[in-house]
Amino acid sequence: MALYHNEDQAMLADTARQFMGEEGTIAKQLRHWRDKQCKDGFGHALWKQFAELGFTGILVSEADGGLGMGNVEAGIVLEEIGRNLTPSPFLTSSVMAATALGGGNDELRGRYLPGLLAGDSVFAVAIDEGPKHRPERIATRAERAGNGFKLTGQKAFVVHGGSADMLVVAARTAGADDDQDGITLFAVPKDAAGLSQDAVRLVDSSMATHVKLDGVQVDADAVIGEVDAGRELLNRVLNAGRVGAAAESVGVAGGAFDMTTTYLKQRKQFGQLIGEFQALQHRASHLYSELEIARASVIKAQQLLDAGSEKAELMVAVAKAKAGKAASLAVKEGVQMHGGIGMTDEYDIGLYMKRDRALAEFMGDMYYHAERVAQLSGY
Amino acid sequence: MSDLDAFRGEIRAWLEENCPPEMREPARSDDDICWGGRKFEFKSEAQKLWMERCAAKGYTVPDWPKAYGGAGLNPAEAKIWREEMNRIGARPPLSSFGIWMLGPALLKFGTEEQKVHYLGQIARGEIRWCQGYSEPGSGSDLVSLQTYGEDKGDHWVVNGQKIWTSYANKADWIFCLVRTDKTNKYQGISFLLFDMESPGVSTKPILLISGNSPFCETFFDNVSVPKHQIVGELNRGWDVAKYLLGHEREMISGAGGNDRLNTIGAYAKRNGLEDPLLRAELAMFDVDALAFTAMGEKFLDEIKVGKAHPAQPNMMKYAGTELNKRRHELLMATGGSAALEWDSEGSGGGAKARTWLRTKANSIEGGTSEVMLNVISKRILDLPGA
Repeated sequence: MALYHNEDQAMLADTARQFMGEEGTIAKQLRHWRDKQCKDGFGHALWKQFAELGFTGILVSEADGGLGMGNVEAGIVLEEIGRNLTPSPFLTSSVMAATALGGGNDELRGRYLPGLLAGDSVFAVAIDEGPKHRPERIATRAERAGNGFKLTGQKAFVVHGGSADMLVVAARTAGADDDQDGITLFAVPKDAAGLSQDAVRLVDSSMATHVKLDGVQVDADAVIGEVDAGRELLNRVLNAGRVGAAAESVGVAGGAFDMTTTYLKQRKQFGQLIGEFQALQHRASHLYSELEIARASVIKAQQLLDAGSEKAELMVAVAKAKAGKAASLAVKEGVQMHGGIGMTDEYDIGLYMKRDRALAEFMGDMYYHAERVAQLSGY
Repeated sequence: MSDLDAFRGEIRAWLEENCPPEMREPARSDDDICWGGRKFEFKSEAQKLWMERCAAKGYTVPDWPKAYGGAGLNPAEAKIWREEMNRIGARPPLSSFGIWMLGPALLKFGTEEQKVHYLGQIARGEIRWCQGYSEPGSGSDLVSLQTYGEDKGDHWVVNGQKIWTSYANKADWIFCLVRTDKTNKYQGISFLLFDMESPGVSTKPILLISGNSPFCETFFDNVSVPKHQIVGELNRGWDVAKYLLGHEREMISGAGGNDRLNTIGAYAKRNGLEDPLLRAELAMFDVDALAFTAMGEKFLDEIKVGKAHPAQPNMMKYAGTELNKRRHELLMATGGSAALEWDSEGSGGGAKARTWLRTKANSIEGGTSEVMLNVISKRILDLPGA
């Protein structure tokens, strides 16, 4: 498969670019909801519009009423989300939770997918248990009780948890904390008894929660996939989330880069445009190279994942690390090249820096994924 | 089964039958490369056999037209050829500047007669070419070159000096940028071809920090070049050169990729590496190298359909060569003191150290990294005054 978008994908990209550039702008969405101190951190009306365009069902099968597309298409939407810093529950709901639910039975999919497709429901994923992403270790327990399970433990960095109608929770039904096996995924409704969430606003104005599971009782039909054998499905959810976050990072980087090169062509100092200075030209050109390479790694990972290739695991780690590295460079250079105004709240470039920081942590930063690359490469 | 599947089956069977086992071992050094040409001595019977068998089928230049010595493969077929070669770890049957550089230029700018004659010789490994571009006073600023061809009616008389001519002392012919109009800087250069055995041509190898001499100084003292040995139009050689530099940059940029099964980290681990910081550097390097491999693939895919930015080879050259230098820094670091050995048998005659030093030229030859960044600034980012 060629490493560029085919005609249908290019059309989707046009649609997403136009829509996000009109409706998902920083002024209309990010700043608007931030300045209102919105408890969701995003607009439900926009989420409904996502549904009208079919975005919410990109990764939902056609049999379930979705578009039955893949990670390439989800990434197209995410890149435009990144470019405009559009706050939305797309990544947690339509990418990660949808991937999880795809591994669930008919009943579960029938319960949750229609709400997602209509843009009425929001989902979150509760995987991390501390400040760093480390899904190899899952201490949250789910013990058999009554007709179902009782969940006990703590989850952290649950993005959109406070707005979610349902949380996908990774818990341990067997084995020790570090065991590969013994994992089960649960669809836990927001109003389940014993579930409490502490909402926190993050540096990028997005909302997340610390989740406490204090003997949360769920029925057996809350299980997504197989009991004890959920690691494989969890990995699928993680890979979709990671490559999705990488695509969003590429968008964030691209947005910051465009703002910065535009600025280099406008700002004058010492009687000339600062873009004429070779010191800045070379840094901008280096950044361009890094972004192009990051973009290539992301589309490669998306395609491998969609093709079900065994090489996808490695490439997803490469993509998340490389996109994180490139985007981090893009926002840092962006602020520096903007000079003093780059430090002001009024100017958007700082918002890119904040979003990049949050995305970098989401589903593992470049250090976590470089470590994975090392392990997968035999050292 | 699709036609391409059938084609893959054919290629696989042919390779199985025809590629000698010795040619499925990775090349250990430059010495194992088959360059062809009048002066070339084959290192083994297998090397000779492999080149001849491929040449007979057009597989030394699989995507060139059959009329010019190629196999006439379309892009999809050529990709399958490369994949099947990689699958068994086959060495390229023939490597040369003729294949990588002059060939593409002739395919675009050559006359029919030139294509049949020169491309056929290249494909069969009969003539080895070198490239006469840089001069002592014209490095990054190539267009200031001074080597002059005086018009003598049916031929030019060429005088001047080239430098950094790769393997000039081993090459049979040279493709050379020569000034044919002193009044016009860009449109006063012609692209000439001539025999290195012509009277008046001499070469002098340059000893490098690697201890090797892959480059030469090349001198022209009243060298006579017949008029039909020009590629493209008179005084429009810069167009050919620019096109060809694009190919050179593509070629050099190809060096940066990664082979997953053979990472430096895996090698280091086998040899008892226990340095966490070095391991971390290797991991970050592998992220960049694997991402660049994807970039290489994307770049080729985009070139085929005209989607790549015309100046994108400059980015590939910049990123690929910088990455390759990093790779060899890390190879030296993981090798430790053993990698310092200069001529011991165990070190393969200092292969690691010499290659490490050689790679420092990657970001100088074919346009320095700084020039690449200038070009990106100007042609891709459209920055002012660039």
